Amino acid sequence: MKKKKQERVEIRLAGSGGQGLITAGIILAEAAILDGKNVVQSQSYGPEARGGASRAEVIIAKGAIYFPKASWVDILLAMSQKASDQYAFNLKPDGVFIVDATYVNQIPTTSALAIPISARTREKFGKELFSNIVALGVICEATGVVTPKALEAAISDRVPDGTEKINSEAFNFGRKLAREALKERDEGEDEIIEADS
Amino acid sequence: MISNSELVKKYFRYNKKFPHIWCPGCGIGTILGSMLRAIDDLELEKDDIAFVSGIGCTGRAPVYVDFNTLHTTHGRALPFATGLKLARPELKVIVATGDGDSTAIGGNHLIHACRRNIDITTIIFNNYIYGMTGGQYSPTTPHGDKAYTCKLGNIERPFNISALVEAAGATFVGRSTSYHTLQLKNIIKRAIQHKGFSVVEVITHCPTTYGRINRKGGAVEMLEWQKEVAVDREKAAKMSPEELEGKIVTGILLERELPEFCEQYDTIIEKAQSLDKG
Amino acid sequence: MRKKPSYQLMQGNEAAAEGALAAGVNFFAGYPITPSTEIAEILADRLPANGGKFIQMEDEIGSIAAIIGASIGGCKSLTATSGPGFSLMQENLGFACLAEVPLVIVNVMRGGPSTGMPTSPSQGDVMQSRWGTHGDHPIIVLSPASVEETFHYTIKAVNLAEKYRNPVIVLMDEVIGHMRARVSLPPWPMVERVNRVKPNMPPEWYNPYERQASGVAPMAAFGDGYRYHVTGLVHDAKGFPTANPNEARDNLRGLFAKIERGFREICLVDYEEMEDAEHAIVAYGCMVLSARSALEQLREAGHRVGLIKLGTLWPFPRFALERYLPQLKNIIVPELNLGQVYREVLRVNAGHANIEKINRINGTIITPEEIIKTVKGLIR
Repeated sequence: MKKKKQERVEIRLAGSGGQGLITAGIILAEAAILDGKNVVQSQSYGPEARGGASRAEVIIAKGAIYFPKASWVDILLAMSQKASDQYAFNLKPDGVFIVDATYVNQIPTTSALAIPISARTREKFGKELFSNIVALGVICEATGVVTPKALEAAISDRVPDGTEKINSEAFNFGRKLAREALKERDEGEDEIIEADS
Repeated sequence: MISNSELVKKYFRYNKKFPHIWCPGCGIGTILGSMLRAIDDLELEKDDIAFVSGIGCTGRAPVYVDFNTLHTTHGRALPFATGLKLARPELKVIVATGDGDSTAIGGNHLIHACRRNIDITTIIFNNYIYGMTGGQYSPTTPHGDKAYTCKLGNIERPFNISALVEAAGATFVGRSTSYHTLQLKNIIKRAIQHKGFSVVEVITHCPTTYGRINRKGGAVEMLEWQKEVAVDREKAAKMSPEELEGKIVTGILLERELPEFCEQYDTIIEKAQSLDKG
Repeated sequence: MRKKPSYQLMQGNEAAAEGALAAGVNFFAGYPITPSTEIAEILADRLPANGGKFIQMEDEIGSIAAIIGASIGGCKSLTATSGPGFSLMQENLGFACLAEVPLVIVNVMRGGPSTGMPTSPSQGDVMQSRWGTHGDHPIIVLSPASVEETFHYTIKAVNLAEKYRNPVIVLMDEVIGHMRARVSLPPWPMVERVNRVKPNMPPEWYNPYERQASGVAPMAAFGDGYRYHVTGLVHDAKGFPTANPNEARDNLRGLFAKIERGFREICLVDYEEMEDAEHAIVAYGCMVLSARSALEQLREAGHRVGLIKLGTLWPFPRFALERYLPQLKNIIVPELNLGQVYREVLRVNAGHANIEKINRINGTIITPEEIIKTVKGLIR
């Protein structure tokens, strides 16, 4: 029974309205289905179509999912300072915390994977529109919660016709950003270990 | 023209729910008579007519006539009729409604039905007062006139229904009175034949409430007043604004062709189905 | 329009729209309101492709009026709304009950009263769905507890409306309406469709409100050649207004009799782990999800707890409780209101078991942990 509960992975994507986080949550959920898992996706949002707080949650499990809301989160993506401040403390001790350093200046923990997702997206694609897909690439690479193959297929299914290619590029760009950041962090950790010894 | 007894036999549920509830001298029955004669002239099948009403004295009209009849809630005859018309576009849908029913509680539905241009004929029985509840002022009670909720005179300005529905987008507007039964019949005929949202405003009288409170005399005097103030549209065109003061212009005031709602929706269905296949 | 994926991740509101289409709904009139708007958007897209019709009305009063009109014209009709819109619909809902017009209202509840909390979950409309109109009449209210169940309950709602010539309300909450889950839905040909009984006698013999043995009168559509009268006034078997006390009694009592006759069929109840249960959680809508999670953990800890899941809220399925009352020490009723079903449980219980309510009206949902804490406190 204990094991069954461990199978439940809770993911929260939080930021501002207009960042495409609810779409990202839906795509993540569809990828989980393609991976053969059970999934529940929910969201909360303010009355504003743009700019208000926005939050998508995805729960992935091999078995049945009853309670549809996240409580202790395994994976947290924060794309605004407010989201980071509000949700960092609901992260499990061994959870993965990804912050968009473009909008999160005060990062509450050094264990967070800080990547300027929106800024790098703007540099590369000329606009921040694809930040959510880039973020999915980061999540995929940093957590392995869904397979890259499933996620790429889900992205292609959900994005508007004719934008599949650029979204695929955005996804792979996100994966690359994650790899670089992870490498940098691991090297940093190596330095600390070396200094200790 | 069909005789009165033939009319009663052919169109009334004469062996069922009579006598009717209207007061002696009331104008509603006269207007209903003109409507039935219009239908008879057009040789429409009774099965093909849906007659819909709201609440009030006018709201009771459908129960007495042998069509598909629907007596709805206060002010809501038009949205009921809208759903029915969309479900059964082949039906001729006629709405009977009073001044309070159509321009107070149902005012929003009226302007939106005009805007949609759905193929419904709406006959507004305008007697300037809430008759069934005993004589309270309505949105068409003239400024300064009295009712039991404005005994010292009405301080609100009345709607000009025909102008209102024209501005809201109706594609046929006619006006007559319960005195001018032949003109009224002909306008209703044209309104039923019109493709789109048609409104016929009928000036009528409530001797029991409005007439009594405002000392307008009985039904006969009130009908004589309608005869006096009514000016045919063509004649009115040659009159000065001063001459038209206090007059009511009657006739077909507006007739225009614009795409009808149900027909447009059919093209939406075609488009959606071809997209679905494609 | 979205491309169709090979798998189905579906939102609760989407499932309601899909269920409506699968049940044969061919008319929708509505007005945009959070959190139910997706249902209107989807049906605006999908109905015309299926030969049905959609209209956006000027308000919710007009919306329910239009679906009544369309139902009288022979369409299977549905509208979807939320809190304030549901309040506006009450008068015409009463009309449909009295005139016995089949229709379905999907009400995705949001925090109230008034404008309340438009994007937050609530279960505050349970009593309104039963008693919101003036006058006495029965109503059928179904409350789905998952995305997939929303699909099936919407179909059931349409079928019950047609069968009993009565309005049916699908009472959803924002959690169910907006959550997405993996679903596996049957293809349309596998879905049972119930159609209203139409008259087969000659038109001159037809009395639109003369009940058959089933308790329900056959219903002709306007335009079918059966000219008859429909009114919101209390009426006789011919449909004409009446003030005769016997005819008025027959009219109004008849409304209840047909629903009472179908009581067992109308009442959807599921029992989970109830056989040896000494304590029962009574839940509906999204509270079923919290309750199931709590139940799993409580059973693991060895507690004899079960779940009575109410799929039908009205008529209240009292037999579901009565059946287990002799074995129950505690009944726990978690609700996102201040105790609306709790009152019904109290009424049915009549002093047998201890009844505990857990309530929440702040726009958040009651967690499994809170239910566990309450149950453990009672057991101790």
